[in-house]
Amino acid sequence: MMEIIKYIGYIAIGIGSIFLFLGALGIYRMPDVYNRLQAGTKATTLGAMSTILGVGLVEPTWFVKALIIVVFIAVSNPLSSHALARGAYRASLTPFMKKKMDAYESEIQNEKED
Amino acid sequence: MNIFLIIVFSLMLLALILGLARFIKGPTSADRVVALDTMSIIATSALALLALVYNRYIYMDISLVYAVLGFIGVIVVARYLEGAL
Repeated sequence: MMEIIKYIGYIAIGIGSIFLFLGALGIYRMPDVYNRLQAGTKATTLGAMSTILGVGLVEPTWFVKALIIVVFIAVSNPLSSHALARGAYRASLTPFMKKKMDAYESEIQNEKED
Repeated sequence: MNIFLIIVFSLMLLALILGLARFIKGPTSADRVVALDTMSIIATSALALLALVYNRYIYMDISLVYAVLGFIGVIVVARYLEGAL
């Protein structure tokens, strides 16, 4: 039984490292800030969570601390990507393609009028 | 299991190199912060994996601290870009 859990942990580590690599490839290849955020944050969140959970499965006495790190990453990574996208928009970086509609622009206008 | 670990660590090294290339190249500062965020997440998981390889429990704590510090750094730069700082 312990052997099976160990092998599941190693498989999780492999999947996680592949997703980390794909996320970094997206960071390098994508055309503008918002696409890079999309590729970089989603893929690396899954990759890091899978890798650290795999470490916790291989070494069962460390599982609690691995779970703490995983929960922290699951909370903090979407939060930081949201703050970055908001900051990039407010720093007036435009997306690389022409946008059809923009709800956040009128929101900012309303804020300025208030 | 040795070849497996070599493959995993070389994938992480390639990911770090790609992130570093974007960090150096990135046209705006937002690009650089995105690359920094990704690199800190990769370093976090690499530290957790190093704890497994060297069988040292203390490296997990370092991994947790690294995750917290990377998160705070990204939030600070995002607030600065927004013009609220």
